[in-house]
Amino acid sequence: MTQATLLTEEQRRSLIGKESKPVSTVIEKGHIRRFAEAIGDPNPLYNDEVLARRSRYGGIIAPPTFLRAIHTEMIGLGTDLPGSRVLDAGSDWEYFEPVRPGDTITAVARIVDVRERPLRVGPALFVIQEITYTNQFGQKVATQRSTLIRY
Amino acid sequence: MTTQVQSALEALRKAVGTQSEPVTYEVEGGHIRRFAEAIGDPNPLYNDEALARRSRYGGLIAPPTFLRAFPPKSLPIPDPPFTRRLDGGSDWEYFEPVRPGDRITVVQRLADVRLREGRLGPMLFTTREITYTNQFGQVVATQRATGISY
Amino acid sequence: MGKVLYWEDVTEGQEIPPLVKHPTTQQLVKYAGASGDFYQIHYDKDFALNNGLPGVIIHGALKNAWLGQLITDWIGEYGTLKKLSCQYRGMDVPGDTITAKGRVTRKYVQDGKHYVECEIWIENGKGERTTPGSATVILPSRTNPL
Repeated sequence: MTQATLLTEEQRRSLIGKESKPVSTVIEKGHIRRFAEAIGDPNPLYNDEVLARRSRYGGIIAPPTFLRAIHTEMIGLGTDLPGSRVLDAGSDWEYFEPVRPGDTITAVARIVDVRERPLRVGPALFVIQEITYTNQFGQKVATQRSTLIRY
Repeated sequence: MTTQVQSALEALRKAVGTQSEPVTYEVEGGHIRRFAEAIGDPNPLYNDEALARRSRYGGLIAPPTFLRAFPPKSLPIPDPPFTRRLDGGSDWEYFEPVRPGDRITVVQRLADVRLREGRLGPMLFTTREITYTNQFGQVVATQRATGISY
Repeated sequence: MGKVLYWEDVTEGQEIPPLVKHPTTQQLVKYAGASGDFYQIHYDKDFALNNGLPGVIIHGALKNAWLGQLITDWIGEYGTLKKLSCQYRGMDVPGDTITAKGRVTRKYVQDGKHYVECEIWIENGKGERTTPGSATVILPSRTNPL
């Protein structure tokens, strides 16, 4: 290989499976309301307690991507990897339980794969991580598999 | 001064004393934490539950200007004759701490309207008195806020 | 927290330790989100220019918050902020160095409480006072311990 690489094969392998520390956050009604407002989603399940109570959920729930807002960057996984510029290349979410105000959600990130690819701007690392969100009852509420490009 | 500005000013002067409908907000710990982070104030009374519990307040409190995040309902008054606006300043008075879990009811009253010639042309100064009351009926703070439209 | 500022230790004319801030457009966006004030003059440069402003300007209420922090940092846990006022006379812009400053103007006892009044202000990088104000606090007294 003529082009410089960011990580050796061995370094890449050693990263796979690495887990972050868990980070816990209490979910607040006002935060859900402001998040829904910010994404422009007027669904009453996110902002109208009376209507939400009469719904199948029995109360306010969070929009699907709300979990992005609970400071998962504090998880800090992979921030010491090469490449100071980061792009988000997409997420695959899977949902298991609704997220409600008052829930304590614990997020743990795990590195699933690290690949290296040449981009126009030079070699880039594609870091695939999976964040698991668990509520206070030990129920897995969602997983988010996302690809970050570091270059 | 154009007659349009004149009549808008007169209508607003007549509206002095008008009050807004009350609106109630719940204070959330995470909101206080994000607000304190946004203003760059690391005081543990705003973000560290364990330390705050050992303080004279016995728990988390909100920074002095946090109540800006709880705007009152708008006043049922005529629109000002200009579309651009600036914040002119605030006079706060504090009576009780604001804590997570508090329910704060906000009401504003139109207190004063003045027209002045400014650098950017005629400017309308509107002063509103905002009262913040908690779930125990205690007035926690008042804010006299001056808005400028030009 | 921890250190206590007693009324007896404050003298008229005394300076309050200044608070230095380096606001960025990112902080203005954070403040917009946290406060709910989404007026475009604080993040949309074209909008601000069309309003006859020099560019994006700092929320007055954010400068108000720094004046609040100036005082609460100084008085500590056992001081109580009673009044906080400021007037936005000049605009401030992100990228400048902004300093909150203050000076004790008066101390007195009323109804057994120990008051201190201060003049406070925001100074821009050129040393101009853009935002004058005042604050009134109650401090603990050595004669009437915590």
